[in-house]
Amino acid sequence: MDVKAIREQFPILDQEVNGHPLVYLDSSATSQKPLAVINAVDDYYRQHNSNVHRGVHTLGSRATDLYEGAREKVRRFINADSTAEVIFNRGTTTGINTVAQSYGRNLTAGDEIVITPMEHHSNIIPWQQAAKATGATLKYIPLQADGTVTLEDVRNTITANTKIVAITHVSNVLGTVNPVKEIAQIAHENGAVILVDGAQGAPHMNVDVKDLDCDFYAFSGHKMCAPTGIGVLYGKKQYLNEMEPVEFGGEMIDFVNLYDSTWKELPWKFEGGTPIIAGAIGLGAAIDFLNEIGMDNILNHEKVLAEYAMEKMRTIDGLTIFGPESRAALVTFNLGDVHPHDTATVLDAEGIAVRAGHHCAQPLMRWLDVTATARASFYLYNTKEDIDHLVDGLLKTKEYFGDVL
Amino acid sequence: MSYNLDTLYRQVIMDHYKSPRNKGTIDGDALTIDMNNPTCGDRIQLQLLVDDDIVKEVKFDGEGCSISMSSASMMTQAIKGKKIEDALEMSKLFSEMMMGEDIDTGDLDLEDIEALQGVSKFPARIKCATLAWKAMEKGVHKE
Repeated sequence: MDVKAIREQFPILDQEVNGHPLVYLDSSATSQKPLAVINAVDDYYRQHNSNVHRGVHTLGSRATDLYEGAREKVRRFINADSTAEVIFNRGTTTGINTVAQSYGRNLTAGDEIVITPMEHHSNIIPWQQAAKATGATLKYIPLQADGTVTLEDVRNTITANTKIVAITHVSNVLGTVNPVKEIAQIAHENGAVILVDGAQGAPHMNVDVKDLDCDFYAFSGHKMCAPTGIGVLYGKKQYLNEMEPVEFGGEMIDFVNLYDSTWKELPWKFEGGTPIIAGAIGLGAAIDFLNEIGMDNILNHEKVLAEYAMEKMRTIDGLTIFGPESRAALVTFNLGDVHPHDTATVLDAEGIAVRAGHHCAQPLMRWLDVTATARASFYLYNTKEDIDHLVDGLLKTKEYFGDVL
Repeated sequence: MSYNLDTLYRQVIMDHYKSPRNKGTIDGDALTIDMNNPTCGDRIQLQLLVDDDIVKEVKFDGEGCSISMSSASMMTQAIKGKKIEDALEMSKLFSEMMMGEDIDTGDLDLEDIEALQGVSKFPARIKCATLAWKAMEKGVHKE
């Protein structure tokens, strides 16, 4: 993989921040965008912009073809059976909320929803709300000390009363890669469906929804080189067919009568309102871009970076790293008693962008017994030199705060 | 923009961070305000004892970065013994200072607070600095 050539595809990376070359280590929050994606969106607005599915005129047909073409690219990217199973939406949060609000209506008192303490807020709160609305119980699979789950605990938590299991593919804080295929099997043995939060999964590895046998898989475009505002909910047709839409209005209807209406077929019944056309086209371009490099190559590159980062960061006295040894391409840490905000500010002064805060995972922060952490996350355009800069920046942070803490 | 960390982390700020003034809780009845910054997890508990429109006693407790905790420490130091209306006026001046405006303190003594002026150059950190002041305003308005 030629990282230098890849970096040239990302114009934003070629800049100085606070007098230093930008070192962007916040791709878990959002990834940067390659020229192919920027140009696809630009081209759409310059040449084809029109509303979709109303194609009497030529631009309308072109926009529709591009939009639906992007859906087919997503279908192939995740190996879904049919484009009917690929719903475009605003992102992972919207996808999970759709399932919680729609499939969640089947829940009754005594039913269980099973999640883990490592979930992002967007895979906790929709289930809290579904539980409150239906009288179902929310249960957590406990975490091991290193921030992983064991299949034994999964088996002990999921019961015959469990109707929904919702778990993240990759933890945005710990970097834990969950055995979702095995968990899906356990969920199915107990008659439950499984939703996988793929926000940190789909951008970084091959995702085959048929191999995982997950019932729902939600992810966001902006973390995988696509624009913000576009996401995908994959769902098995058998479930999506039975589910009621959660947004009603234009685009999603079949017949509208004065007192009753019927819905379009899948996937459009879940896409009320004018869809995110340019975003979907940008996502299609991002998928082409990632496929050209190869998801396996990207994963291998990230593995090398993660191992290198762990090795180098461990040499810093007083640095605590959270999460398991084997991990996705992110390292969450704290530097002694220096507050992560202060760490992030000192790093920013060196041109290094990291995330500091609770990472939308307050329950996990409490489990880790910290109020906040700093996080460096890597993607296909990062290099070992980026990590060397990070380590230098952290040593400077120590020096800067050393006399007060 | 020149990005000099020393304009942010002035020595007096670090001193307040390391040795916060008025940190702790007030025994007995006091006006208690809990406030957090939901985007980052910083939180503060501020307690005020107001009598005859004068801040007789003020204490804070909490967890946060050097800027939020030192700002809380400086705020308590500045408003203790002051009239409520002066405390609110200081809060207004502080907000203006965070917007990068030149402020006229008049008769009010902001003490160490002016050391935080550099925060205005770091937009991502302004909310850290204003947390304690917001808590104070909320408490006073509740009163």
